[in-house]
Amino acid sequence: MSADATELRIVGFLCNWCSYGGADTAGVGRFQQPTDLRIIRVPCSGRIDPLFVVKSLIEGADGVLVSGCHPRDCHYSEGNYYARRRLEVLKRFLPILGIDPRRFEYTWVSASEGQKWKTVVSKFTEHIHELGPAPRLDSEACAQAAAIALQGL
Amino acid sequence: MHYLEELKQKIKDRLPELDVVIGWEQGFDPLRATPLFMKTPEDVDRLIAGPLCVHNLATHLTGLKGRKVGIIVKGCDSRTVVELLQEKLIDRGDVVVFGIPCSGVVSVRKIGRELGTLDYVESVDLSGDTVKVTSEGMEHSFALADVAADKCGRCQYRSPLLSDVMVGEIPDESATDDYSDVAEFEKLSLEERRGHWLNAMDRCVRCYACRNACPMCVCRDHCVAQSRDPHWMTQEDTVQNKLLFQIIHTMHLAGRCTECGECERSCPMSIPLLLLRRKMNKEINDLFDYRAGTCVDDIPPLQSFKIEEENITERGW
Repeated sequence: MSADATELRIVGFLCNWCSYGGADTAGVGRFQQPTDLRIIRVPCSGRIDPLFVVKSLIEGADGVLVSGCHPRDCHYSEGNYYARRRLEVLKRFLPILGIDPRRFEYTWVSASEGQKWKTVVSKFTEHIHELGPAPRLDSEACAQAAAIALQGL
Repeated sequence: MHYLEELKQKIKDRLPELDVVIGWEQGFDPLRATPLFMKTPEDVDRLIAGPLCVHNLATHLTGLKGRKVGIIVKGCDSRTVVELLQEKLIDRGDVVVFGIPCSGVVSVRKIGRELGTLDYVESVDLSGDTVKVTSEGMEHSFALADVAADKCGRCQYRSPLLSDVMVGEIPDESATDDYSDVAEFEKLSLEERRGHWLNAMDRCVRCYACRNACPMCVCRDHCVAQSRDPHWMTQEDTVQNKLLFQIIHTMHLAGRCTECGECERSCPMSIPLLLLRRKMNKEINDLFDYRAGTCVDDIPPLQSFKIEEENITERGW
């Protein structure tokens, strides 16, 4: 990440027990990380309603990253198994809405994996910067879409 | 329809043990049917059946929970009943299912498009595969296949999957559904798709007819569209809000939607809502090899998991 690039808005939903710990480990280890990610700590990746992600994306986030415990490692035994199905379904659903599915990513990082957390954040932020700011979905975009549709007639 | 008299008799036979039997009757004009709630044998005489009976009556089942209810189902409607049973939203012992075969229902919207107006429909004549509509003194004739609802063209369930009482002959032909409409739409670029939905959602008047008509929308007073705790939706009429509501609706139906098309049919603004549901179902089908409402003993895929998922690859970085 170059220092002069403008920051984008990336929302990160991290599970309390693994990924938040992992991010903390990365911090304690003083690893260099991009600063675009705003972390929201949730008790478990199973707590993450896919609508959290959708609402973030619709209301202007440029990217959303969800991270939980590795499967088999969930603090609540099976939260991340449910999360895995929901998030995978969501990722495959996004394209029909015209939202780039690359703007949403989910992964598993454990509390000891500070180095992995650094890699995940850096790579994801890099991807989002390649994609650029997300197109707005507001009334202005709507008027533009209508104008384009009229041209096509 | 030749099975109508038989159906009426069978309903009358079962009526004493039931609180109500749901069917269809003639609506305000000859083209439109409307749900009929039969409590006495006289009510049963008003029953009609055939291509005009479009409504998925299973929508009313959850509201009548705890009562003994009879319901008339077409093949597609039976999937909804199965799905409701799967999720234990209704009790098998309380429901008597009267199954009828179906060879397609008409789409009033398609006829309206052909005719230009549906203000004065004088008569409708259904014989075999043709629909003759007399409107403002003019007679129009259509092939049923041309004015049938889109879902009928890909119907694989012409006879009910579940029934206690079955009348009529089971048609053997069945179409295939390869989700080609979804694939066709996905050929558009991301911008075009986004523009399409922004345009469509801009028309939305937030009447929630799609939600009210949906048989699988069972949250009732706790619907996120109106709940203030959590406050998911604002009362503003921004296009983001309207799009968000439709995504919420689709997500809540993931792995549960039986594609009855009631959402799209009831939409006063003709927003192509079923496409979103079908995209979701296509992905569910690809991932979990699952179709909602086909087997009473199945668990909807998002309410269960496998420790090793066959079709989800682990995310490597």
